[in-house]
Amino acid sequence: MAFELPKLEYAYDALEPHIDARTMEIHHSKHHAGYTNNLNAAVDGTELAGKSVEDILANVSQHSVAVRNNGGGFYNHNLFWTVMSPNGGGQPDGELAAAIDKAFGTFDAFKESFNKAAATRFGSGWAWLVKQADGSLAVTSTANQDNPLMDIADVKGTPILGLDVWEHAYYLHYQNRRPDYIGAFWNVINWDEVTRRFKV
Amino acid sequence: MNFELPKLPYALDALEPVISKTTMEFHYGKHHQAYVNNLNNLVKGTEFENADLETIVKKSEGGIFNNGAQVWNHTFYFMSFKPKGGGEPTGALADAIKTSFGSFDKFKEAFSAAAATLFGSGWAWLVKKGDGSLEIVKESNAGNPLRNGLTPILTCDVWEHAYYLDKQNLRPKYIEEFFSILDWEVISARY
Repeated sequence: MAFELPKLEYAYDALEPHIDARTMEIHHSKHHAGYTNNLNAAVDGTELAGKSVEDILANVSQHSVAVRNNGGGFYNHNLFWTVMSPNGGGQPDGELAAAIDKAFGTFDAFKESFNKAAATRFGSGWAWLVKQADGSLAVTSTANQDNPLMDIADVKGTPILGLDVWEHAYYLHYQNRRPDYIGAFWNVINWDEVTRRFKV
Repeated sequence: MNFELPKLPYALDALEPVISKTTMEFHYGKHHQAYVNNLNNLVKGTEFENADLETIVKKSEGGIFNNGAQVWNHTFYFMSFKPKGGGEPTGALADAIKTSFGSFDKFKEAFSAAAATLFGSGWAWLVKKGDGSLEIVKESNAGNPLRNGLTPILTCDVWEHAYYLDKQNLRPKYIEEFFSILDWEVISARY
């Protein structure tokens, strides 16, 4: 079955003023749709057709650059839309809060580490909160559309929170002020979804 | 040595409608300026404190390279333009393009394809090799062909900040229109 562009759980303008409607519309209906179509074209008729995107990314070093770039772009944006919500913000509680305290000391120290990863990614890429194989949490960043599921990643694991710092994610609204965009992101983080991903 | 943002030989609105005044204000006034400022701060107390920009581009790594090369790349990019530019080169560069690519149109096609397919942020380059022949190369992020012993002749910035306010996701449209503001006199002199 071909990969499909997911529908969003909220309207394009629902994350305003933190992320504007025009950015959301182009980001989802053009960029994400492009990765989805290109991924389908790249796997169509190959042994990868029918495999899950997670399986494909786990062995991405054996696949084409098109699979790496578009498979990553498809997966990363799928995750990105779900970890945001118009009712987002605040802080997690329970097991995830405990894991964050264990890994980073405090929520604020985690936030600082994640912000730094997002702000210092030179060029295009993503910042991640990752659940590693031993269950512990780590912050990392990847270039372009790479991600921690890939066998080529420096820090491997299951991403549970991701922030897109390609300029297309924020340029219409924030232009060169990437730190303002990163700061605004915390107001829309859907901690219920991040917690769900942590517990899987 | 203190690096400075170079003055442009045209007004910020002079490249409209291809590149808007707003894009120029951010691209030149904010991004290019920030690379200059960052570079000046980063080289303090290092072996590059008194180095010229080309040495920094060729020899440095990490933050000094990223900012130094971005200063060099943006200056080279902005100096390639003029209002009502476009057309084709003449003279030695025109001959070299014909020898290396077959025709100007084939060069344009190959250069445009390189710029369109560079994944993520970076630059497409027309470069001169040691034997005088031309080649098109792609460099990610701050990448610069001087590091590989090549002579840059022309570059197109395909970081999204170069075109996103004007063209959004339509990078190929930006690349197509880019050719209409090129100053081939300046570019030919580099060859």
